[in-house]
Formats: sequence, C-alpha cells, structure tokens
Amino acid sequence: MPEKKIRVLIAKPGLDGHDRGAKVVARILRDAGMEVIYTGLRQTPEMVVAAALQEDVDVIGLSILSGAHMTLIPKVAELAKEKDLGEVLFLVGGIIPDDDAVALREMGIDGIFGPGASSEEIASFITENVKKG
Amino acid sequence: MDLVDRLLAGDRRAAAKLVTAMEDGGLSAREAIAALYPHTGRAHIVGVTGSPGTGKSTLVYELAKEFRGRGKTVGIIAVDPTSPFSGGALLGDRIRMQKLSTDAGIFIRSMASRGQLGGLARATGDAIKVLDAFGRDLIMVETVGAGQSEVEIASAAHTVIVVDAPGLGDDIQAIKAGLFEIADILVVNKADRDGADKTYLTLQMMLEMDEPGGARDWRPPLLKTIALQGEGATVLADAVEEHLAHLRESGHLATRTRRLAEEELRRIVGQELLDRLFGQVNGDRWHSLAGKVAERQLDPYTAADTLVDSFFHGLTAEETGKGCRS
Repeated sequence: MPEKKIRVLIAKPGLDGHDRGAKVVARILRDAGMEVIYTGLRQTPEMVVAAALQEDVDVIGLSILSGAHMTLIPKVAELAKEKDLGEVLFLVGGIIPDDDAVALREMGIDGIFGPGASSEEIASFITENVKKG
Repeated sequence: MDLVDRLLAGDRRAAAKLVTAMEDGGLSAREAIAALYPHTGRAHIVGVTGSPGTGKSTLVYELAKEFRGRGKTVGIIAVDPTSPFSGGALLGDRIRMQKLSTDAGIFIRSMASRGQLGGLARATGDAIKVLDAFGRDLIMVETVGAGQSEVEIASAAHTVIVVDAPGLGDDIQAIKAGLFEIADILVVNKADRDGADKTYLTLQMMLEMDEPGGARDWRPPLLKTIALQGEGATVLADAVEEHLAHLRESGHLATRTRRLAEEELRRIVGQELLDRLFGQVNGDRWHSLAGKVAERQLDPYTAADTLVDSFFHGLTAEETGKGCRS
C-alpha cells in the first residue's frame, strides 16, 4: 500500500575518509523505517545539495570529522536555501566544539549530534521535527 | 504554477516532488499522471539488471557519462530493497553516480522497492513517466540486485541489459529460465577478473542454443566491460543505440510499446478491482470467512468465490438501482 516515508540524505562532505559513523547512522535510520540515501565520501557542497534536491529528501545529515565544519556546513546550508530547500531538516554529526555548535544553530542547523548520541535520540529527533507534506 | 507545468518547463525540483507524489500514491498522483501522460512516450527506456555486486551502478554511471558525451539528457532511477522488518531502506546506488549529480543534463533518483518483489518499486513505472515528460532522452532503470525471477523490468523497458560477472554460477544457471531470457544485451562486467573468459563462453554457448531464425530476430550481443575503469562503455552505448534502431526499423517498437501498455493496464485494473473489492467487504464477513477456511469448514477457493461473486452482484444491483431511478 502506498504510504509516506521519511527520506534522509546522509553525506560526508570534505576530505576525511572516516565514514563509519555515517554508515552507523544510515543503518539506524533504516531500522527506524526511513529511506536513507547514502552518497558516500568526499562530497562537495554542490553535490550534496544537488542530491538532496533530486531525491526530494526531508532531512539532510552531514557527517564531518575533519574540522572543516565551519567552512563546509555554512556552504551547504547557503546552497540549500538558494535551491529552495529551506524546509529540509538539517542535521550534523561528528566532532563539533560547543562554540561552533552555537554558531551553527544560529545558521539554521536544526540538530547537532556528537559522539555518544544514542540511536533513539537521533531517530526520534527526526520523526518529531520533520515537516511532512 | 502547478507541479506538472513546472515539470514541463524543466524545473528539477518539480520533477523530484512529482516522483515523491508517485511513490506516496493517492489522488494527486493520479491527477498529475493524467496531466503529464500526453507528454510521455518519447524517451528510450533502458533497464539494467543482474545479481547484486555485478557492477550495475558503476555501469549505469559509465553509460550515463557516455550518453551525455553524445549530447543526450539522461534520467536514472535506481531501485534498492526495502527492509521487510522495519520498512526502511538504505539506498546506496547513488554512491557510484554522485560525480554526475551536478550535471543539469542528468537526473538521478533512488527508489526503495517498498515490498514489491519483481525487482522494481510499485511507483517505478510512474517515475519513468515523470522523467519522460521532463524531457529526458534516455531513462535508465537499475533494478534491485536480481536473483533469477525478478524480470519485471522486461515489462517496463524498451531495452534490457543483463549484467553478469565472473564467479557467479555454472552453465546450468545460464540456461535456466528467467533473468537471462529477458536480455536484449548481455554484459560480462569485471572482465579483468579471474574466470571472466569462462563466464563469457558460458553465456556465448547459451546464446548459441537459441534457434537460428527463431521467433527473435534480434540476437543479443554479448559484451565485456570493466566498468570501474570505464572500459567497454562506448561499445555498450553503441549496442543500446543499435537495439533502439532495430526496434524502430523492424516495427517492434510499436508492438513493444503496445505490449507494455497492455501489461500496465492489466496490472492497474487488477489492483483497482482488488482495492474496490476490499473497500466493500465488511470486516465481519471477512473474518468469518477466514475463520471458516482456517477451521477447514470451507476451502479457500470457495470462500474467495463467495466474496468475489457477492462483490459483482452488489455492483449489478447498484447498476439496476441507478437504472430505476433515472
């Protein structure tokens, strides 16, 4: 039977090659009944936003461990707004220092999940905050 | 401006939203199909199928690049399985294709199979229509990693590429019914791996068993590729174009299009009847019949007949009722 599903894009922008965390989160969300589009490593902000647009996702999740988050995340957020993807729920996972987290939230990042975030926490944050329809 | 108008004007976001509408189903999807259907029927639809891990996604990426080089716009629909337990899915075909995602002449969409078992999703056919109306010259549909009988792609595509790779089975696998039978083009990918020649020979022997001058006037070409290095993509793209030319010249394109239309119509009628029947049967009646079947008081065929007969009697009564009033 046809039904609405939450669609999530998980991407790793930038150059670090540690995608274990991104894969674990992709798997968690799959098990929570969501459709997860995984784009893999070394994505440019343009690639992330193009994929989010074509896949019509409800959520963009970025994983960054390289320390380049203050360069890459604002770029993705800005491009997403340009492409009229402002409605999309925006999540970041990885190593984000507290000060940067504050700045990122001001830029419109909806959720930031560091090491130790539980699977329930991430999945329920999404189900509670996604704007459907 | 509504979504279909925006789609026809070339708006990518509208294309994406419409594919979602097709997946979610319902009235708005039907209205959209009605509006965009007159603009479909132009694209060459190419199915790519084969076992998991044969390199379908990489091959689709290489083919898409090749066709872009030939000036064609390309749509890609990549289907991956839905979990039977959670209903979720991990769609990973895009990983191999991401380099193309910023090209305006490419549109890639991942789809979850959502419980459908034939290698495609229920909405794949409608997603193809969306990309067709969007003006893509070529639409490639990558199926779920297929086993032996996921042959639904044959009733959705003009040209079917079946991808095999070394080490996946002996010559009996190759002459079993199913997947290989639907191939218009056969590919041995990973041709640099051990055993590639054997796989090639096995498939060649299978093809030679086809009766010469039999019902098929197209002899599926057998090609070797190494998708990861882009080797063989040019020859494969040539074969895809030759197959389309053959379909046109032989008049098979019209026959095939007609057959695809009939199969689709039959499927929709079947689904529609089922939905309406179950919409009418009341729960108590259903449970009482199912209970009788479980307790061996009634066999399942007789029980089904009872339901279906009463559905059609109901319809006739309704018709007569209408007739009286008018």
